[in-house]
Amino acid sequence: MTDRSEMFDRLKGLIEPFNKKGVEVGETTTFAGDLEWDSLTVMDFVAEVEDSFDIIISMNLQAEIENVGQLVDAVTKLTAA
Amino acid sequence: MTDLFSKFDALIAQREGLLATGVKDPFSLVMEEVKSPTVAVVNGKETILLGTYNYMGMTFDDDVIAAGKQALDEFGAGTTGSRVLNGTFQGHKECEDALKEFYGMDHAMVFSTGYQANLGIISTIAGKGDYIILDIDSHASIYDGCKMGDAEIVAFRHNDVEALEKRLKRLPADAGKLVVLEGVYSMLGDVAPLKEMIRVSKEAGAMILVDEAHSMGFIGENGRGVAEEQGVLDDVDFVIGTFSKSVGTVGGFCVSNHPKFEIMRLVCRPYVFTASLPPAVVACSAASIRKLMHNGNKRAHLWENSRNLHKGLRDLGFKLGTPDAQSAIIAVIMPDLEKGAMMWAALLENGLYVNLARPPATPAGMTLLRCSLCAEHSSEQVADILSRFERAGKAVGII
Repeated sequence: MTDRSEMFDRLKGLIEPFNKKGVEVGETTTFAGDLEWDSLTVMDFVAEVEDSFDIIISMNLQAEIENVGQLVDAVTKLTAA
Repeated sequence: MTDLFSKFDALIAQREGLLATGVKDPFSLVMEEVKSPTVAVVNGKETILLGTYNYMGMTFDDDVIAAGKQALDEFGAGTTGSRVLNGTFQGHKECEDALKEFYGMDHAMVFSTGYQANLGIISTIAGKGDYIILDIDSHASIYDGCKMGDAEIVAFRHNDVEALEKRLKRLPADAGKLVVLEGVYSMLGDVAPLKEMIRVSKEAGAMILVDEAHSMGFIGENGRGVAEEQGVLDDVDFVIGTFSKSVGTVGGFCVSNHPKFEIMRLVCRPYVFTASLPPAVVACSAASIRKLMHNGNKRAHLWENSRNLHKGLRDLGFKLGTPDAQSAIIAVIMPDLEKGAMMWAALLENGLYVNLARPPATPAGMTLLRCSLCAEHSSEQVADILSRFERAGKAVGII
């Protein structure tokens, strides 16, 4: 599971600048609930992830991603393609 | 039983909290009398209208009203039918002919509202496996059109050409792509860099739709909008517009040079499954569109009004949505919703109506007092508007 934990660490690093509340970030941390991100923060963060991995996270896919673990899975899948 | 309305509890509480502070409900205003495109009676008081999008003041134009009355007499009150069944009258064709002439395009399709025009065109032309690339600050009707269709939706940062280009390059080269842009964004009244955006979109093989709702009639040499102003209208595949702003009636449209465009009349559900516009509305609209083709002086006066209001408000110390007057919308940024509602109410007490706009309709969670100017506002009215803003702003403590 090294690949997965590497991906988690990388995404956690991208989350940190947006983690204004200093929430402890784990697999089950939710973006709307735990991190309390509004739609504007979500947009900035998504753009950051997209540019870092050179991928597109469509709004259709964003609607299915609620927590960090789901984001790790989604980005892993998108970068493998 | 689960009360299906419990999901609205937070909004109900916010609204009640706001009304408890003593402000009047900004979302239940009634115009008791409308005297002209710029003056109405509200709460028994004569009020200057500065939030109606009635940019060219066509609502009371003599020729427009006469055309509507004649159509009412000759064709009746309504069509009672869909455009594709019994609901296309002579007036609907004349309205579409006026639009084709106005834009210099081959095809025009009139919808019952501007909302339905975006809903219908976007949801129909972009299907499963296609991509819609849109500005994050797009109008609700664009988002709803995306939601109704089956395409993949990709958003990019507002008016950011580089962000658009990057995303286009990441999409599969052979996938169908529709880039959706607006000429003027209605919340802040800012204009899009369409020239650059259309260039990068064309390079990526995308089709382009531009919503010119807030520019028709006064931006561009012939009033065709921002794409015309920036010299790129020929590269736009679909222009969406509305009759409920400069045209002064209600309805929406799409104009296009696409050779297969007419098939949309059979496959576009928000066009097919609703009744067409009443005869009087299409007659008023056609008369208005034809007059808008030759309105140079009115346009110049509208721009003068917009620049004067922008400068005046800035000089008074208000924070504005754009550094200069880019359209006929001037957005005044309020510190928060409560102050915004207080300022809105204070303006109304001073006999001035503006739009109160708040999240989620606004970008970045802002509360805005949105002012839209009319070519029929006199220079004296604009001066009057500024003094009312000054009085209200000082009373509420914003300036």
